[in-house]
Amino acid sequence: MPTPVASIQNVTKVFNPGKPNRVVALEDIHLEIQAGEFISLIGPSGCGKSTLLRLIGDLTSPSTGAILINGKSAQQARLDRDYGMVFQAATLYEWRNVLQNIELPLEIMKYPKEERIARAEKMLRLVELEKFGKLFPWQLSGGMQQRVSIARALAFEPKLLLMDEPFGALDEMTRERMQMEVQRIWRETGITIVFVTHGIPEAVFLSTRVVLLSPRPGRIAEVIPVDLPKERTDETREDPRFFEIANHLREKLREIERTQRN
Amino acid sequence: MSNSAKTAEKSFFARNAPLFRRFLVSFILLIGLMVVWEGLKWFAGDPWRPDNNPFKIAHQPFWRVKYFSDLNLPHLWDIFGAFADESRRNGPPLIQTLAVASVYTFREAFSGFVLGGLLGFVLGALFAHLTLLERGCMPYVVASQTVPILAIAPMIIIWLGQDWGSVAVISAYLTFFPVTVSTLRGLRSPNPVAVELMRSYASTTWETLWKLRFPAALPYILTALKVSATASVVGAIIGELPSGIREGLGGAILNFNSYYATKPSRLWAAIIVSALLGILFFLAVSLIEYWVLKNRHRVIESR
Repeated sequence: MPTPVASIQNVTKVFNPGKPNRVVALEDIHLEIQAGEFISLIGPSGCGKSTLLRLIGDLTSPSTGAILINGKSAQQARLDRDYGMVFQAATLYEWRNVLQNIELPLEIMKYPKEERIARAEKMLRLVELEKFGKLFPWQLSGGMQQRVSIARALAFEPKLLLMDEPFGALDEMTRERMQMEVQRIWRETGITIVFVTHGIPEAVFLSTRVVLLSPRPGRIAEVIPVDLPKERTDETREDPRFFEIANHLREKLREIERTQRN
Repeated sequence: MSNSAKTAEKSFFARNAPLFRRFLVSFILLIGLMVVWEGLKWFAGDPWRPDNNPFKIAHQPFWRVKYFSDLNLPHLWDIFGAFADESRRNGPPLIQTLAVASVYTFREAFSGFVLGGLLGFVLGALFAHLTLLERGCMPYVVASQTVPILAIAPMIIIWLGQDWGSVAVISAYLTFFPVTVSTLRGLRSPNPVAVELMRSYASTTWETLWKLRFPAALPYILTALKVSATASVVGAIIGELPSGIREGLGGAILNFNSYYATKPSRLWAAIIVSALLGILFFLAVSLIEYWVLKNRHRVIESR
């Protein structure tokens, strides 16, 4: 068995420990993510799915337990630039044009100028925006901005791409197109992706495994393997197996919400 | 992108229509002010004699209000005429004297502006990164601005000597504060997600400062610099008064002030030149601001 890309061992996250507003966000989380997987984290709001993603990306640290990324600590992995991050908001810098935005991480990582430009242009082709390199973020639609932010995250070839509800702010049509795009990029680059979403069809369509979390405290309720063909197409959305898995997830989510109310 | 394509097709004037409209409004307001000024003199000033106005008319105002007398509110043509008169017996015309004084004062103001701007930025940047330092120092920075500059100025002159450099320091004292406050605010303005993005790149504090915080703070800093530009001119003029410097606009104002009873129009002329100097400096910084921020959405929208 090769070293997992991410190994989350017995992780607990407590906010405001020792204070009256103490919240257990995550409890007793075990999860191993293998290279090349596409993992979706799904669950009702407040289940800690974003917190789990932030723990993997070392944007916050666990209260107890350990997170190993490629066999090293999450902090070391961040310092080694193993992560690409995509947030719900594209978070492009308004004073940089599209190409300069994609070059940002490469500048910080001290890539030589020619390689920066070459890589930025390659990434722009990957997200099919080669004609828009000289435009500024405000001149792009929301979907295009998010594609630029994906290109920026992939520019330095991180081993792990962390996406926090990246298509949450997009309309339905754009979202489906972006899902196809991410699918294609995932297959072409072989990168490992952890994807936070609250969309059931989105999770099933994209993932190799769906991790269902239940809230208060956040625990893993179930890990559902998605045994659909690796290449997902428009036909995938009409596959009986797709509906079967989606329905199973939906029932599970309802069950979780019912027990929460009681 | 369709926007930029459209604007490229339009003519220079159509493209800058809002800019021209703004100038037109300012111009109309100026004309209006001049009409009101002379109107007050027409209705309640001193008598108009054929030899004291360019229209050669005699006119008896309906009322007499002392605030609108030729001493308190000289005729506009007297003020503009004063520019051509000699500034002292057998001396150069006043406009030349004031131009030379403006250059002298601008040197003080500009040096103070640069000095104050740099000091303001460095303080703001330090405060933005060291919260404890900010909490400790900010009350004193605020206190420094509540002390009247006329009390500080003589001390600076005594410490640093009686030359234009001291006046620049006095001017810097007035200009650094807005820059400090705005830099602090601006450097802290980036969205937390943008800061986390830099963190995910394992960016150093220094790189985050120059690649994220500083560009994000530029709109704030440039607004403060516009305030500072005008304040620096005021600071330089005030700084000249206790220092006994006579070469600048402050000296000219002091001088014409003492001859006000006989030649009021010369003081008004000096005031107009002082105001123009401040306005020109402000416009220069505005131009730089426009150029620096021209690719940003907000600026283009609000132009």
